[in-house]
Amino acid sequence: MLIFLLKRVGVVIPTFFGVTILTFFLIHIIPGDPILIRTGERGLSDERYAEMRAEMGLDKPLWKQYVTYITGVFSGDLGKSITTQVPVIDEFFTLFPATIELSVCASILAVSIGIPLGILTAVRRGSFFDYSVMTVSLTGYSMPIFWAAIMLILVFSVNLGWTPVAGRMSAMYWVERVTGFMIIDSFLSEEKGAVLSALRHLILPSIALATIPLAIVSRMTRSAMLEVLNEEYIRTAKAKGLSPFKVIFVHTLRNALIPVITVIGLQVGTLLSGAILTETIFAWPGIGKWMVDSISRRDYFAVQGGILMVATIVIMVNLLVDILYGVINPRIRHR
Amino acid sequence: MKRLFSIVLLAAFTMISGAAGVFAKTYVFCSEGSPEGFSPAFYTAGTTFDASSRTMFNRLVEFERGSTKIVPALAESWDVSSDSLSYTFHLRKGVKFHTTKNFTPSRDFNADDVVFSMGRQHDKNHPFHKVAGGLAYEYFNGMDMGTIIKSISKVDDYTVRFTLSKPEAPFIANMAMDFASISSAEYADKMKAAGTPEKVDLEPVATGPFQLVQYQKDAVIRYKAHPDYWAGKAKIDTLVFSITPDSSVRFAKLKAGECHSMPYPNPADLDLMRNDPNITLMSKEGLNVGYLAYNTTKKPFDDRRVRKALNMAMDKQAIINSIFQNAGKVAKNPIPPTIWSYNDAIQDDEHDIDAAKKLLADAGFPNGFETDIWAMPVQRPYNPNAKRMAEIIQADWAKVGVKAKIVSFEWGEYLKRSRKGDHQTVLLGWTGDNGDPDNFLYVLLGCAAADNGTNRARWCNKEFDDLLLKAKETSDVAARTKLYEQAQVVFKREAPWATIAHSVVNEPVRKEVVDYRIDPFGGHVFYGVDLK
Amino acid sequence: MSENPASAAPVEKLGQTEFVYIHPFWEFWNYFRSSKGALAGLVFIFAAILVAVFAPFIVPHHPFEQYRDALLVPPVWESGNSSFILGTDDLGRDILSRIIYGTRISLSISLMVVILSLATGVVIGLIAGYFRGMIEMLIMRLMDIMLALPSLLLAIAIVAVLGPSLVNAALAISIVSLPHYVRLTRAATIGEVNRDYVISSRVSGAGVFRIMFITILPNCWAPLIVQSTLGISNAILDLAALGFLGLGAQPPTPEWGTMLSNALQFLQRAWWVVTFPGLIILLSVLAFNLMGDGLRDALDPKLKK
Repeated sequence: MLIFLLKRVGVVIPTFFGVTILTFFLIHIIPGDPILIRTGERGLSDERYAEMRAEMGLDKPLWKQYVTYITGVFSGDLGKSITTQVPVIDEFFTLFPATIELSVCASILAVSIGIPLGILTAVRRGSFFDYSVMTVSLTGYSMPIFWAAIMLILVFSVNLGWTPVAGRMSAMYWVERVTGFMIIDSFLSEEKGAVLSALRHLILPSIALATIPLAIVSRMTRSAMLEVLNEEYIRTAKAKGLSPFKVIFVHTLRNALIPVITVIGLQVGTLLSGAILTETIFAWPGIGKWMVDSISRRDYFAVQGGILMVATIVIMVNLLVDILYGVINPRIRHR
Repeated sequence: MKRLFSIVLLAAFTMISGAAGVFAKTYVFCSEGSPEGFSPAFYTAGTTFDASSRTMFNRLVEFERGSTKIVPALAESWDVSSDSLSYTFHLRKGVKFHTTKNFTPSRDFNADDVVFSMGRQHDKNHPFHKVAGGLAYEYFNGMDMGTIIKSISKVDDYTVRFTLSKPEAPFIANMAMDFASISSAEYADKMKAAGTPEKVDLEPVATGPFQLVQYQKDAVIRYKAHPDYWAGKAKIDTLVFSITPDSSVRFAKLKAGECHSMPYPNPADLDLMRNDPNITLMSKEGLNVGYLAYNTTKKPFDDRRVRKALNMAMDKQAIINSIFQNAGKVAKNPIPPTIWSYNDAIQDDEHDIDAAKKLLADAGFPNGFETDIWAMPVQRPYNPNAKRMAEIIQADWAKVGVKAKIVSFEWGEYLKRSRKGDHQTVLLGWTGDNGDPDNFLYVLLGCAAADNGTNRARWCNKEFDDLLLKAKETSDVAARTKLYEQAQVVFKREAPWATIAHSVVNEPVRKEVVDYRIDPFGGHVFYGVDLK
Repeated sequence: MSENPASAAPVEKLGQTEFVYIHPFWEFWNYFRSSKGALAGLVFIFAAILVAVFAPFIVPHHPFEQYRDALLVPPVWESGNSSFILGTDDLGRDILSRIIYGTRISLSISLMVVILSLATGVVIGLIAGYFRGMIEMLIMRLMDIMLALPSLLLAIAIVAVLGPSLVNAALAISIVSLPHYVRLTRAATIGEVNRDYVISSRVSGAGVFRIMFITILPNCWAPLIVQSTLGISNAILDLAALGFLGLGAQPPTPEWGTMLSNALQFLQRAWWVVTFPGLIILLSVLAFNLMGDGLRDALDPKLKK
């Protein structure tokens, strides 16, 4: 077991280094220049330009810049954003809770609807219900997420007026930032109705972000259930005359959920990808939008630091899923 | 017991709100992005100025709300010496600074604050010159203020004198610009003593109508009215910027009543806004020009006839109709009509394909030629969709046999390459900084600009340049007007650009908003605005 | 991982079991046909291909033609103009014609993306699975690195490097989707490499390339085909997302995502400009997903009953 753990962790370290190298060189070979983008039509003198590059350390050879960067990473310093001059790590943690809040809500939505749907469709395989749910779920999976988000706003916020259009909180409430999670902060604040407002603002972006994971979870649950239902021991259980309820929930579900949990864990990357589009459209102050903006501003330090943080999270979650999976399913360990 | 308690609570609440007269008025502005910071001297973006200089700060002189007229602000009056080299400002008395959680001002605004705020930008050895690390005084340098100003001195507590190194008529307009905002010198001293000088820029203390209370990046900025504002407390008690980058979403929020006003609507939405009973669509001509510059150092654009012919081939009205959705005006001069000295007597080139063909044939291109049109990748106030605009120009030029390829680069790269003159023709534009014609003509078309590249036509015409230099040396507006009008005649004759459009700034506000005025500089000013 | 599709099926005949040879293709087709969704997907795709091929003959207007007196005309059933069935956009171009031409672009570019990533992915995956050891480790770490970054973000960065254009967007998507093919091929190869038929072929002196491409590869194709079909739908979506962010096809190219990104500003004024390109993306992605599902069910012996 220990060897298995060490092996898995050992794999992570080179990946981590690889991520730093890849992001660093990728962002630096993007044509364009953060200083020129910022000054716009006005431009600036050549001397001033050279001076600013020197101040940011951009005049040094690339490998030297990388060494500075990687040594910074190990002392927990990701540099300062070129645009705002705020340490990248601070900017990241200012925005990250918003992304987490949205992703968690979307995941809850996906799991709490997806798993029951998956079970029901598996049990009633081949029925009209099965076909229609699977078609809807496949449609969700095929949805261009940005388009879906726009349509949701158009229908529910603009035409029906049921939900707020965008943002995290009505401007009428003044919620002090404590944790960065709006639901918690609004709960802690004195403002009445702020919690409700926070929840209402979460509805549409969560739905938009959850469409794809929901489709994946329900389909995955269904096929895992089907696979287990076909196994020898389930047939035996059925033959022994156990109630269908017991067969499904006690024997089948427990075994079927292992791959489902793995899939959910692996959706972290998908969620973050989806967050880029969802956050842009819903004016959600999270890291997805920040990263895209930083790329377009060529804010090297923000991009390097931000992508590294995101990748680290994805790597960690995958590692955790991997280890958990190994713990649950001993066969994996010896592969 | 419980009921009694709630009655008492209700009574208390009524009393409090009764004492305040009315409920606190909150004005919500759906802004388009996060500010880069709150200390205006370091930045150049309008988004940053909206959130900092225009809400929290004052300057010695300011533009009157909704116009380009210069009016007294922290300076009550000023004198200019006869050689135009010395400007003396007489300061306003009794101006209070904001009180923040880590600073309580002990004195009113005075000359020290002016010397501090301008001096730290001017003097490279000033203890606060380099406090902000990698940031520099972009506008101060960009407007060449470092060379223009020779020295800044305090005459007495309420008098400050600026000595210039050369006559520069636009100087007073420069002092109304955002970078010249005044912050507290006392606060700076205190923060320096406490070992945290960077706080001066991170949590600035100024005299403006609103003071910052909360900022969450990409989400919200919250201000409260400065109770002791020198011109009287603002009519709204709380000002909120709700940051919403997408313009369609901003409009949806406005419609849903989640904000009171918004900047930069989609041209496509204007009709809907006009027809919405809850929304008033305000509009005003912007202080900008969108143009296509011919690289006059490259063949065949060194020939005036070719430039004229292409101007005539262009259907500018079609551009206004489809790109601006009529939220723009055809431009005939390089400066917008809102600026003084705009020469309205000038006739624009007629849209005439046959004449254009003939002119091209005269220049030796009866069958046209191949060229490129550079189109920027971003949306700008003077050009909502450069690539679309290029498509239309491409189609128009094809009618006279000129085959143009549309080229685009990433924005920074685009600016850099067009500055180096890699283009044949390039779409670009300009938004005025201070309402002075010099800020358009000299910066964009002067010979000095042809050298440093901001003159994208790389056009250096002695006659034109001499007129501009002469206008810089006199502070008499009437004399300057004559010179600039003459310069525009030369410009039209030589046609280094195709002047395309001046955009119209549109801003929808909700019906309950009282006395909002559009800022011609493209900013957003909320002092003086009220809610019904 | 996957086994050969059964090449013989038992047929019940009056109590006695007789083995009748059925060609694997027909067997597969029977399974595939039984799924109505997969069939619908196939029909849609077939129709889309026809439309794409014959686009110049069926479009009512040229997709770039700007009718400047017919800007933002609504669809024909909304009191529009009968010559513009789905209405026109802000430059007066016929939306139906642009969507039809867009089919060409989306289908051919997505196909290109899949072929590119499939070909590269298969080669890399075969090498990793066949040689194992250091090479495998290097390759798999590289794939891990790519998978650790959110794919859209990585694609955005790659497009930023190459410059925004349709071809570069396609290239970026191919690179981003590479890890899936590599992992799949490697896993399949590892499953096959120690089988008797491979060993016997090696013993009989076949070269490395022959073993890799001729002996092993044909036995791994089932999961790859499924992945490629789903890959096309992913490519359409990613292409549209990049186009939407302004990083894909450049105007006036009538790519669906680019059409959407230009159209977004008309959201509240001219719904048809936004709705139809989005709808067609949804439908074609759905069609490929349905077909992919059908293929998987038909090719995966585990799900057969």
